[in-house]
Amino acid sequence: MVVRGAPIRAADAAARDAAVWAAIAEVPDPEIPTISLVDLGVVRGFAFGGGPGGEVRLTVELLPTFVGCPAVEVMREQVGDRLRELGVADEVIVELSFAEPWTSDRITPAGREGLRQGGFAPPPPAGSTFAGTNLLTVLPVTTCPYCASRNTTLENPFGPTLCRAIYHCADCRQPFEAFKAV
Amino acid sequence: MTVQDAASQAALAELLLAMADDEFVLGFWDSEWTGIAPILEEDVAMSSVSQDEIGHAKALYELLASLSGEDADEIAFGRAPGAYRHAALMNHPRTDWAFSIARRYLYETADAVRLESLAGSSYQPLAQLVTKMRREETYHLLHFDLWLRRLTEGGPESRDRLIGALRDLWTDAQAVFAPLDGEEALVAGGIMPDRLETLRKRWLDRVVPRFAELGLPPMPAAPAPAPDGRRLHGIDFAWLHGEFTMVAASEAGASW
Repeated sequence: MVVRGAPIRAADAAARDAAVWAAIAEVPDPEIPTISLVDLGVVRGFAFGGGPGGEVRLTVELLPTFVGCPAVEVMREQVGDRLRELGVADEVIVELSFAEPWTSDRITPAGREGLRQGGFAPPPPAGSTFAGTNLLTVLPVTTCPYCASRNTTLENPFGPTLCRAIYHCADCRQPFEAFKAV
Repeated sequence: MTVQDAASQAALAELLLAMADDEFVLGFWDSEWTGIAPILEEDVAMSSVSQDEIGHAKALYELLASLSGEDADEIAFGRAPGAYRHAALMNHPRTDWAFSIARRYLYETADAVRLESLAGSSYQPLAQLVTKMRREETYHLLHFDLWLRRLTEGGPESRDRLIGALRDLWTDAQAVFAPLDGEEALVAGGIMPDRLETLRKRWLDRVVPRFAELGLPPMPAAPAPAPDGRRLHGIDFAWLHGEFTMVAASEAGASW
């Protein structure tokens, strides 16, 4: 419980921040339950501040994976609900931000493993000089998340969601999706 | 950064509306291919590209709404057809596949030049959004350059249809760079790092050599676009407007 007006010691603030990160890390991607929003790299950060009436306000910044991703509203609600449940602030605000672009390089190693477990090939590196180049960023071959074969082919650089491409594995004869480098 | 003077604010609103309406209207036209594209992969691709564009439009309308205090949905769906500011290129229906590909190629290349410049805008919220959009648009550029080549090399029929569509759309494509009211104020303040006419020449310097490289015939000379290049919309757009506002108009203020 937050005591209004009580100063927070540094150690308490660190523990509180850790609790917030841990709570957000419990929220999975709305479509892929094997990866958390923290591992997906969509959480830019958060800050505690004071509201006009002295209440404690927690503001979280989320970076949309794709500008038009319809799942961001669900992410926003779920993060807000989880943090309100945590009870470390009187008010929780979850904002979408383009202060820096989400790139697929933000997915953590644990997140890449989570994608594989969910049946998705993780993305190839996007690099920092992506935009404006004409590099072929969709690999013609990737590793099958089901059988680890490299005997795969790109079927379509566009998939059922904005962030995914479609491949086919010739060994286990499964179509599968891969996250795009973006 | 806040945009202080009234002239720059009004001009910035014009710029955001032009960009948003381009993406919004083209997104709706091409979403009509969902289910009926020539091959299944293109059903998925065109739908995904259209969803990207409508997403970009949404973000731009929201940016505009944050400046004007209006509601983004109201801007998107609440205007009369004559108040839309998309370029004349977006007035045409989807027509056949070659026509849609020709338009997409012309638009994607023009949009790429525009976004490249605006990534350096002094108006930070726009520069940031554009930086994000460019990463997604790179996929569109690759895809429609590939299709331009496919139709060029596919056979006499696909080549003829493509050339016909490029010629039909060539003049209206220039209107993506039609002058905006208050453009001078935007350039002076660095909100637009380049004039639209500079961007149009930059775009021509890319697409004209690409056509030559593919062995496509030269396009007719296109004069600089008139200031009404984003103001005149015909009966085809009036029909599309009726389609995309149908749900919003059926229950004003509804949310879901």
